[in-house]
Amino acid sequence: MSALPVMPTGAPAAPPQPWAPPAAQASVAPPRAPRWERLLPFIGPIVLFILWDTAVRTGFIKALLLPPPLEALGALINGLWGGPLLKDFLVTVWRTVQAFLIAAAVGMPVGVLLGSTERAYRSVEFLIDFFRSTPSSALIPLFLMIFGVSDINKVAIAAFGAFLIVVFNSAYGVINARKQRVMAAKVMGATRWQIFKDVLVWESLQPSFVGLRSAVSMALVIVIVAEMFIGADSGLGNRIINAQQVMNVRDMYASILAAGALGYALNILFLLLERKIVHWSGR
Amino acid sequence: MTVVLNAPVVADVPPAPFVPGPAGTHITIRGLTKYFAGWPLYENFDLDIPKNRIVSVFGPNGCGKSTLINMIAGLVPIDRGEILFDGKTLRDTKIGYVFQNYREAMFPWMRTIDNIAYPLKLEGRSKAEVDRRMAELVASFDVKFDLRRYPYELSGGQQQTASIMRALANNPEVLFLDEPFSALDFEMTLFIREKLQEVFMQTGTTMLLVSHDLEEAVYLADQVLLLTKRPTRVAEVLPYTDARPRTVETLSEPSFIAARKRSLDVFQREVRR
Repeated sequence: MSALPVMPTGAPAAPPQPWAPPAAQASVAPPRAPRWERLLPFIGPIVLFILWDTAVRTGFIKALLLPPPLEALGALINGLWGGPLLKDFLVTVWRTVQAFLIAAAVGMPVGVLLGSTERAYRSVEFLIDFFRSTPSSALIPLFLMIFGVSDINKVAIAAFGAFLIVVFNSAYGVINARKQRVMAAKVMGATRWQIFKDVLVWESLQPSFVGLRSAVSMALVIVIVAEMFIGADSGLGNRIINAQQVMNVRDMYASILAAGALGYALNILFLLLERKIVHWSGR
Repeated sequence: MTVVLNAPVVADVPPAPFVPGPAGTHITIRGLTKYFAGWPLYENFDLDIPKNRIVSVFGPNGCGKSTLINMIAGLVPIDRGEILFDGKTLRDTKIGYVFQNYREAMFPWMRTIDNIAYPLKLEGRSKAEVDRRMAELVASFDVKFDLRRYPYELSGGQQQTASIMRALANNPEVLFLDEPFSALDFEMTLFIREKLQEVFMQTGTTMLLVSHDLEEAVYLADQVLLLTKRPTRVAEVLPYTDARPRTVETLSEPSFIAARKRSLDVFQREVRR
């Protein structure tokens, strides 16, 4: 027995025709990539780290403008580990989350409703496209006039920018729903409302998630900009601009890296959520 | 009372009287007219489809085989004409429909069993009724795969089996099948063909089958409806009366071969015309 060659696909001797999802089979069947290939994603950061370090060490860039990478990373870790950076980090997270939640809670229903009556969408399409193309930061002074120099202002403008993205994506998700699924429901005798809640809403989920993911990035960008320029006394944007004013480059880079990590983490979080909730996506 | 003197004479052409089909007719189509890009696809098309029979629709490319059953099923609007099911309109008729592309016909956000039960849910049936009907369907289809899976986790044949079960869930009066085997491999085609025949023998549901495979069309049919090139008319309705269950042996019987040959002759005559 042991002399027999090992079968390439390890089919278990289970009850007749054991059923396994095709995805699971697919992930078992192809040969594993060599170990070094799994290290590929780390090459970029390591190269950047080395370049950064050499540039500072050789004096190519003055240490006054660019701290050595280890110092910046040290400041980041110290700052986030209960330091003052943590407080500003959390303030920015909270503002982004507020803005995002408002945008999602209002934008998704509005988008789905607009999309399901295409005439309604066509009549506001220009407005949505126009303001979606307008850099939201250009509207900061306008929002200053409405909301004053307040915390609400930063959240409001970020929510506005994110809202347009959510509306646009959800509406197009409904408009471009697979016609055949709608027809299938129709032929089974579904009413307009049943088609809406059983098919269109679900069909729009995947594009809606794309919208939510871009919206959270947009909310973060606007919150940071608003924190820089709308008389804030907290938040990562405020911290970055303050550190720059006093040439505290170590702290500035630490804050920039913190903002980057936040954006990256939010993106990953939404990708994971999407895979969990829209489990049929891409199948 | 006001009367306009010398008013222009406006008279309506009286509508053609409705002529019912012969006894045993299920679906009556009268004066069906459909334009496609300004050209008539169907013009004053009349057809009687018998009850409790399988009718296969066959014809040249672009003659509108699928369009015909889609118009009957209400998926494609008609420009003129009347379609009645036992004298009722579509609104009062329960129908089932099986699409060629099962991938885009099932709802991937529902488990397969919920997909199959969906027509019953639309009718507002109770949980007990739904469960009873599902048990019936699973037994009659002899389902071996796990219906708690999502449709995209099943093979193509399993998905198409599930979508046929969904189409039959609420005991429709008519079952429409639009090239149901075209996206399947041969093994699955044979299997589902047998299942359909079994279901038909159990229930006698009127079925309208569009097929691009003549052998398949004849094999399942009581009648082969052959269409002409557009503007589409009925070229011929050929009966095929071999007893059911038909099996693989049927395919080599003289009566089957004769029926297929006659269908092919009519088809070729129409294509060359």
